[in-house]
Formats: sequence, C-alpha cells, structure tokens
Amino acid sequence: MSVDTALVRRIAHLARIKVEDAEVEQLGAELNAILAFVEELNAVDVSGVEPMTSVLPMTMKLRADVVTDGGKAADILANAPEREDHFFIVPKVIE
Amino acid sequence: MADPTHLSLAQARDALKARTLSAKELTQAHLDAIAGAKRLNCFITETPDLALSAAAGSDARLARGEARPLEGLPLGIKDLYCSKGVRTTAASRILDGFIPTYESTVSAHLLSDGAVMLGKLNLDEFAMGSSNETSAFGPVISPWRRNGDDAGIVPGGSSGGSSAAVAARLCLGATATDTGGSIRQPAAFTGTVGIKPTYGRCSRWGIVAFASSLDQAGPIARTVRDAAILLRSMAGHDPKDATSVDAPVPDYEAAIGASVKGKRIGVPREYRLDGLSGEIAALWDQGVAWLKDAGAEIVEISLPHTRHALPAYYIIAPAEASSNLARYDGVRYGLREKGRDITEMYENTRARGFGAEVRRRVMIGTYVLSAGYYDAYYVRAQKIRSLIKRDFDLAFAAGVEAVLTPATPSPAFALGEKGSADPVEMYLNDVFTVTVNMAGLPGLALPAGLASNGLPLALQLIGRPFDEETLFALAAAIETAAPKLPAPEAWWSA
Repeated sequence: MSVDTALVRRIAHLARIKVEDAEVEQLGAELNAILAFVEELNAVDVSGVEPMTSVLPMTMKLRADVVTDGGKAADILANAPEREDHFFIVPKVIE
Repeated sequence: MADPTHLSLAQARDALKARTLSAKELTQAHLDAIAGAKRLNCFITETPDLALSAAAGSDARLARGEARPLEGLPLGIKDLYCSKGVRTTAASRILDGFIPTYESTVSAHLLSDGAVMLGKLNLDEFAMGSSNETSAFGPVISPWRRNGDDAGIVPGGSSGGSSAAVAARLCLGATATDTGGSIRQPAAFTGTVGIKPTYGRCSRWGIVAFASSLDQAGPIARTVRDAAILLRSMAGHDPKDATSVDAPVPDYEAAIGASVKGKRIGVPREYRLDGLSGEIAALWDQGVAWLKDAGAEIVEISLPHTRHALPAYYIIAPAEASSNLARYDGVRYGLREKGRDITEMYENTRARGFGAEVRRRVMIGTYVLSAGYYDAYYVRAQKIRSLIKRDFDLAFAAGVEAVLTPATPSPAFALGEKGSADPVEMYLNDVFTVTVNMAGLPGLALPAGLASNGLPLALQLIGRPFDEETLFALAAAIETAAPKLPAPEAWWSA
C-alpha cells in the first residue's frame, strides 16, 4: 500500500491537521517508510488468533451509577483559551 | 557532609532520619546543582520555591519523628504528569499555558509520602521519541560523553530529562513513563536503573495519555534499591483508572538481597538479532554468567514472534495516539490558532501545536484506523499482539521466572545522528523493550558496564505479571556483581 499526495491530504484532513502544499510530498515519503516497515506483518499467520482486547485478564470494574464528582465548572474552564461565563467560546458553527 | 547530591536515595533517607542532614540542605544542594546544569536542559519548569517550602515542612515532620516513607527526598517529575498549579507541557506547544487544577495519582502518592518536587522534567513531545530530540523545549544533553569527544550525546527517550537529571545528580530519583521503552532505554543510555512495572500496577490518571493500552508509569533512579523504594510509593489501585489493579503493593525494597538461587532465567534466542554488536552480545553473556554465579539456572527459550513486535507497535501505538490526541482542539485548554470556521481553527491549531514526530504518528494512526484499512492494519496488529503475549505465557508456564536480554542494541548516540532521514531508524532503538509493553509485563533496565567508547551499557530483566519482586532481587544480584559505573564528570557546570 502506497500513500500518494491525495491520500496524504485526506489523512491530514481526517486528523484535522493543516498541511502546507510544500510538505505533502515529504510527509508522504515518511508515511510510506513507516508503512513499508510494518508490511512484514502481512506474512504472519494469524488464522484463529483473537485480537487482543486486554493485555491482562481483568474484569471491567463496575460501580454504582451515582454522581461521584462535579460542581467544578470554574476548574474545567480555567484553561480555556476563550471563555465567557461558564461556556467555552468557539467560532460560529451554525449559520 | 560532603556533597549530598551524590548520596543514593536510600542513603539520603537514612541521613535525614538520623538528622545528620536536613531536608532543606539536601533540597538546596539539588537546586544548586540544577542551577549549574542549565546546559543539560533537563528541566522544562523548575519549582525551587515549592521545593524549599516542602523541605521546611519535611524538616518539621522529621523533628517530630513523623517522617513519611519519602520524607524530604528531592525528586524530578516527568512533565507528562499533571502537577496541580504548575505548568504542565508534555513538551508540546499545543499545551501552551496549561496549568492543571489537579495532581496525577502517582505524583500525588509521592508527595503524600513526603517527597519534594524540584520541577518538571523534559521529555520527547507527548513521550514520542527515543532521544529527547522531539521536545518543543529543545533536546536534553546527556551528562555522559564519549571518550575524548565533546559531541553532545542523547540521554535516550522519551524520559530523557528524567534519566539525564538522575545521572547528573540533579535529583535523587525521577518519575518516568514507558509506552515502548521510554523508561528502560533512557535508563540504559545514562547508566541508571529504570523499571516499567506490570500494566495496571500504577494508575495512569492525570498522566498525559499517549497509547493507553501500553502506557505505564515507573521510576528512574541510581540504584536498584532506590527504584524499589520509589515504585512502592508510586504503585497502587486507583478507582479513577479502571485498568489499575486492585491488589496489595508489596514492600519491593525487601526483595533487595533476596536469594536468586535456583531461579530459572530464560535467554530468548530471537533477541540475538542478525548484526547484534559484539559488545552487546558479550555484555549479555556476562549478565548470564553473573546470574549463574548467583545460583540462578539459565535456560534457552524461544519467543518466536519477537521480530513482529516493533512493526505491530507502530500500528497500535499511533492508532491509540491519534485517538487520544484528538482532544487537543484549541477549545478547552492550550494553544488556539484562529480560523475562518471551526474546522479551520482545529486544523490550524493542531498544525502549529504538534511537532513533526507527533504529526507523523497521529497521521499514521488516523490512516490505520480509517474505513477500509482498519482490519488490514489495526485488527491484524492486535492479533499479532496476542501472539507476542502468548510467547511469554508459554515460557512462564514452562517454569521460567524471568527473562534476561540486552536493554538496547547500542550505546547512546550523538544528537542529530539518527532518524533525520528515515523515522524508522530511530524506532529500532526499542527493539528489545517494546515486546514487554505489548505483553503488559514488567521490565527493568540496569547498568552492566561501559562500551569501548566510554558510554554506559545495560541489561534488561523481564518478569511475570505482577512479579516485580523477582526483578528487583535479580537486578540487585547483577548490580552487586557488575562493575560500579563512575559518576559522569561534571563538564556541564564549568
């Protein structure tokens, strides 16, 4: 599988990272180098093998469905680049 | 007392308890050492005022006979751990100005056990790197140099600030994190001891996430005993991390000096890579001989899927990273760059905020998780991860109690020497360490000698899940047998 410039732009958009035109080719070459490195995995026989979901056998812990935390709006907003009262400010989303 | 920065953590603890040294003196000595070591660039943020006030509190407790386990001991904290009220960067521009309103669970354990935080240590951006050269705050320089050569040497990565600061005697110990080797490889490069405990041993809560199924916290220190003391304090169950394990934490220090007679140690033949340097092979043989002399039984084992671990890691880790790093969008914290609409604001923010290596990994991760490629890459890699773990399970089931390998394929290299043309060249540093993360096992790196060029070399011990005690016992046996490394000469304070 080889990544071309169109695919680099598509991945960059999916990842929400702006890529300059001048960077596209170099970035494609780097991504291809990594994909070439992982290509050997195609030769491994994985028939009948379950994909790992948890590295150690552990049962997911459950707790009572009650509020355990909260009332921290000021804390949560403390690092916001733009805020107003108890809201995060973002560019207009709905026209 | 002579320079207290050269004490081990255990020695400093005992001197404080005996009141032959005060916490204030000990902290001030380290702050002076840090002030004289700016050239190493170990710290991103120094917190001398916090340290001195904590030391004063420790002296008061020591005077009252109420010392906690780490009372008055100065540590560095990797800047991936959130520190309440102290700028936390993950060595990235994208967290610009971020001041957590909470403390990570692991650092909170250390502080409530009486440790004194000296500051926040440099690292590769988001812990993605093997040389500390991807930090947005500049590379860390190792205190070690090659014989007769002034070239700046890398301290390893991603915990390069931690390893360099501990090796340069700027702190008695440090926190670190390990996703593919980020505790053990920098420890190996700097002649220090680092342990990545079993996945789930330490809480990940409040540590900036890289790849959540692989990330673990652990200490870097100058002796095996010091690492054991620190891990005991760092470990433990945390309801805020569902993957942290609810099991008692043993007194790891008690394992130091325990007999290793009759312990079955596996030596995996697949780690004898084609082109493995003669120096590394000889070091490994030497490690085998030391353990044999201590009464351990050495058996050759096979871990047949070893060679697939690194490629599979470079699918799984970037996939998880692309998901974890989606949160950096310029809305809730950190950097924001303007855009015409919200999508452009995201794209501009992330383009400016992420460095080249982070961008590369987020993009690879995005690609392998995208529609049409998910099964071919991600699911396949997770199947191979199951096979890697099964290799270890079989070896342990056959009676092997720990595995001995080299820690790295080479000693440290010079800044700019690796990975500039091809990112994969840098990735190969983790070839011996990454299997351990893939299988969730504990792994410990410790110094075992010097290369012909004068730089430290290290061995790695891999253990059964939650059997860190055996690793500490074996490591202590090797530490006793191995030649003691000299402290690096303090050229940086000139």
